[in-house]
Amino acid sequence: MANPAHAVPADHAAAPTQSYFMSWLMTTDHKRIGVLYGLSAICFFVLGGIEALVIRTQLAAPGQHIVDAATYNALFTMHGTTMIFLGVMPMSAAFFNYLIPLQIGARDVVFPRLNAFSFWLFLFGAIVLNVPFLLTPFVDMRVIPDGGWFGYATLTEKTYTPGASIDFWICGLQILGVASMAAGFNFIVTIFNLRAPGMSLLRMPVFTWMTLVVQFLVVLSFPCITIALVLLMFDRLFGTHFYMPEGGGDPLLWQHLFWLFGHPEVYILILPAMGIVSEVLPTFSRKPLFGAPFVIFSGITIGLLGFGVWSHHMFTTGLGATSDAAFSVTTMLIAIPTGVKIFNWLATIWGGQLRLTTSMLYALGFVCMFTMGGLSGIMHASPPVDLQQQDSYFVVAHFHYVLFGGAVFGLLSGIYYWFPKMNGRFLSESWGKVIFWILFVGFNTTFFPMHIVGAAGMPRRIYTYDAGLGWETPNLIETVGAFTIAVGVLFFVIDLVRSIRSTSGPLAGPNPWDGSSLEWVTESPPKVHNFDVTPTVYSERPVWEKNYGPGPGYSLPTVEEHIHLPPPSIRPFYLATGVAWFLVSWLVAGQFFTFGVCSALVAVCVILYSCVSWFLEEGH
Amino acid sequence: MLPASSGSAAAGHHEPQAEYAVTGVPSYKLAMWTFLGSDCFFFGALIGTYMTYRGKSLNGPYPLDVFAPAVTSISTFDLLLSSLFMVLAVHYAKRGEINKMMLWTGLTMLGGLVFLGFQAFEFHSFVEEGLTMKSNIFGCTFFTLTGFHGAHVAIGVLLLGLLAWSVRTGKVVNPGLTTEVIGLYWHFVDIVWILIFTLVYLLEFTK
Amino acid sequence: MLAPRRLLARLFAVVGSVLPLALVAGCGSSTMSTIEGHSDLTRSILDIYGTIFWIDLFLFVLVQGILIVAVIKFRATGKETAPPEQVHGNLQMEVGWTIAPVLILLVIAIPTVSFIFDSQAQAKDDALVVNATGKQWWFKFEYPGYSFETANEIHVPLGRQVDVRLQSDNVIHAFWAPQIAAKRDMVPGRVNHITFTADTVGTFLGQCAEYCQDSHALMKFRVMVDTPEDFEKWANHEKQPVADTNEASDGFKAFQGATCIACHAIAGSSAQARVGPNLTHVGSRTRIAAGLLENNEANLKLWLKDPSAVKPGEGRNGVGMPNLNLTDEQITTLVAYLQSLK
Repeated sequence: MANPAHAVPADHAAAPTQSYFMSWLMTTDHKRIGVLYGLSAICFFVLGGIEALVIRTQLAAPGQHIVDAATYNALFTMHGTTMIFLGVMPMSAAFFNYLIPLQIGARDVVFPRLNAFSFWLFLFGAIVLNVPFLLTPFVDMRVIPDGGWFGYATLTEKTYTPGASIDFWICGLQILGVASMAAGFNFIVTIFNLRAPGMSLLRMPVFTWMTLVVQFLVVLSFPCITIALVLLMFDRLFGTHFYMPEGGGDPLLWQHLFWLFGHPEVYILILPAMGIVSEVLPTFSRKPLFGAPFVIFSGITIGLLGFGVWSHHMFTTGLGATSDAAFSVTTMLIAIPTGVKIFNWLATIWGGQLRLTTSMLYALGFVCMFTMGGLSGIMHASPPVDLQQQDSYFVVAHFHYVLFGGAVFGLLSGIYYWFPKMNGRFLSESWGKVIFWILFVGFNTTFFPMHIVGAAGMPRRIYTYDAGLGWETPNLIETVGAFTIAVGVLFFVIDLVRSIRSTSGPLAGPNPWDGSSLEWVTESPPKVHNFDVTPTVYSERPVWEKNYGPGPGYSLPTVEEHIHLPPPSIRPFYLATGVAWFLVSWLVAGQFFTFGVCSALVAVCVILYSCVSWFLEEGH
Repeated sequence: MLPASSGSAAAGHHEPQAEYAVTGVPSYKLAMWTFLGSDCFFFGALIGTYMTYRGKSLNGPYPLDVFAPAVTSISTFDLLLSSLFMVLAVHYAKRGEINKMMLWTGLTMLGGLVFLGFQAFEFHSFVEEGLTMKSNIFGCTFFTLTGFHGAHVAIGVLLLGLLAWSVRTGKVVNPGLTTEVIGLYWHFVDIVWILIFTLVYLLEFTK
Repeated sequence: MLAPRRLLARLFAVVGSVLPLALVAGCGSSTMSTIEGHSDLTRSILDIYGTIFWIDLFLFVLVQGILIVAVIKFRATGKETAPPEQVHGNLQMEVGWTIAPVLILLVIAIPTVSFIFDSQAQAKDDALVVNATGKQWWFKFEYPGYSFETANEIHVPLGRQVDVRLQSDNVIHAFWAPQIAAKRDMVPGRVNHITFTADTVGTFLGQCAEYCQDSHALMKFRVMVDTPEDFEKWANHEKQPVADTNEASDGFKAFQGATCIACHAIAGSSAQARVGPNLTHVGSRTRIAAGLLENNEANLKLWLKDPSAVKPGEGRNGVGMPNLNLTDEQITTLVAYLQSLK
């Protein structure tokens, strides 16, 4: 029973009988879960980066045979899947987890165990996707996912890809989908229900706002890919023909369902970075975000429009003139709220006192390169131009400007901004600036020439190309750029590890950057229960106004609070195991049908047991 | 400013954070609404798939060859009735009349089980008549859509069972809220069935 | 305003003087360049491409300019005593930069929408119809008006509208010939159209643009734009059966003996299978292996020796050309025979 009297302040990790390992396995602390997400994301980002380096090495010169065609196809599939689902999304999730409760003045998310469940399930999904790399030497079939991150039917059907590669991909994505949706419900309710007193919706930090929009996109778009994958799995497993024209199906149904998920997914990747930049630019300009309500409503508009543009990925599939025209116009409409955001960011720094910290450099780099990606996006929003650019390297350049120059730079800005909050000490600023310039130069060296080589007609997803088409030099430059990025990432990882282990260096204190939102009230790193007393908020910039006026900003009531925090729990890990087991069973059923089905039934029992024990678990 | 530490908590008291509710909607309830919003897209995708492929089968059996409207109407009525039982269960749970709540919860479960029985019977007879998941695009879409709906009903029955058992053993702090949240789910699944019944079954008979 | 197309070409030339490689991309005859048009379709695409390019360039300079000026002008000196003026926003400016993009987008959207409807209009009655089917990993071209079939090389007449009907009976492919036909997908279970009228005689490159597994990178084709006379000559030759249909010849016996006949057709002979490319006039094609290799003796031998060494995935899962484990003798006979099929 919840007995407030003895619960002041209960430490999640304090149970003395727990080993260090078990304390992480059983943690329900949003900050620890955030750290787990962040570290996993960095590992997978490095893995996806290594895949990219092999790809770039192969393409450095025409007609190379560093890897064969099949391996190359697996590599670009895994590079895309990894960077999207295991790199950028969990890195964003790390920030959601760590920051949302701090920014809204809460002690944790609303369902801490569900939060832990999301993380473990994410980790299982990531493992399922990557385990084929280890399996390959031991099996006599293709097992590394090789259907492209978009997995277009009919190629992914059993007829055309008979091995287990697509089954691993389906299973991994299904697991990740459940994990993302569970986190989505959690954060929506957290943001609505756990805000500190006085924090009306429009007083929420912009990062929290963008998180809210992203969670709505997650819970509404992931069901579409879940169904798309289920239908594909049924085709492969039970001989249905949802996507096979021979049986009356239509391969374009896959594309509709996939992009109905896939386009909101693009905003799931970019909106968190936009939120981060909307925090960083004002702080280091020492000004409020210009037109904050407009930035927020632009984010909401982008989210809403994101559900109405999916067919712009299908301009070449022959949907008909009316559909092409309609989706072209809706796609162009998205440029409006996006433009509003960019101009508001520019107006934010205009007239400020800019402190060019590493975090600020990344945020400025974000604005610079995201703009570039947005502008090239306007080109293929127009179907005639898309008929030339679709599936060419021009598009590869476009979305890397959005997702690397945009999302990843935004996330790096966030890492440099909030690292002292998480760690108590800073990342090296001098190294940080060097790394920024390495990455900035490396990034543009890698991806700018892709515009040129794309305009010169180089298609995507080709493992080799002929000399004489004007593709050689840009490709070589791109490869040099890719290794430059690798050097930058290597330095970053070294500095990150060094900083985490460091016990010297200046302490950050609660508010090292003169930030304005509630996380800067807490100690660095925050106490397990975040706030000794829940603050009351009077402004959308509580900490800034407290320091500089004109309003009181926030206040800390003097009433004594009973702090009750959820105790550690192993149930999330059990339930995640059960759910992952259930979904992996269907992967196994692709090769050993009866065994797989029996295993799925056992998994259902594990899930039921975990659910019941979860439901009945006592608070301590 | 702090919400009361008891009274608003739903099942379990493990998540004290769940007791706060700035919006005034209890967190468990808000979470259920969010989930149902998500589930709308889940069924939206399934029903969309069914409707896209409606009438596109290259060979039989076609819907009119296998549908038995009388049987499905009875099972539909049964599911609707179970929703009424659910309303009553919520009503008594909120008034704290646990015995009556248990009675109506049991009847709701029974309604769900009868519906699942009908579905098993229907699937069996369709297979007998030669309609399987493989036979044509109607088979693919029909079994997938109604199968996933059936799975939702089955999960609902399990949830109600868990509810009844934990109320009986006193594990639930606030039976009113918990019953109401599960009730939301039950009604949603019911409404989805009305959509399916209309679009999949009734539409075939409107020519 | 100059024709946007020409401006675009000039701009790429300017970029090219900075990066000489761009020149290579933008010029030359046998390229995949998307900024060079040789048909009504690709030229009207370039008009819109050019318009957007200039708008984009203007916006790019504007945004980056403001960004750079702001960073230089408002960099903190460290001597500030108080925070800068706390400006929270400005309604007029917000309305301004909401409406300005709408106007800019109208400039793009109007020609875009009109292009969409024009380019997808029904083909003219006298258009040349070509049925193009994507295979793993080659292109089949049928000329129903002339009743013959060829592979990987499509000939079209100058100045006459062509209606390419795109299909697939396996996975999705895309027909992309940037300078002539732009791109559309070949989707199983559908027929898509590209209609265009070529305006330059020459050979133009094309390539599959939708990932279709192992040899996707090597799935190429060529569009040969001929004068109307040359085209008629070519088409009339293609529809003739081969001159030498003597099935007792060593060559044809080798063709039968090596089981080529199970998949390939030679018009006028008993070889009528339609699995692989039609070989009736294979000797007169310029390339083999889906545009990958020049059509000569050495390459034909290389191909017959082990197709999957040339194009990965050939013969795997029953897709494409299997390795028939032919002897050198068989190969020599076969190559001579294939080269005789002019």
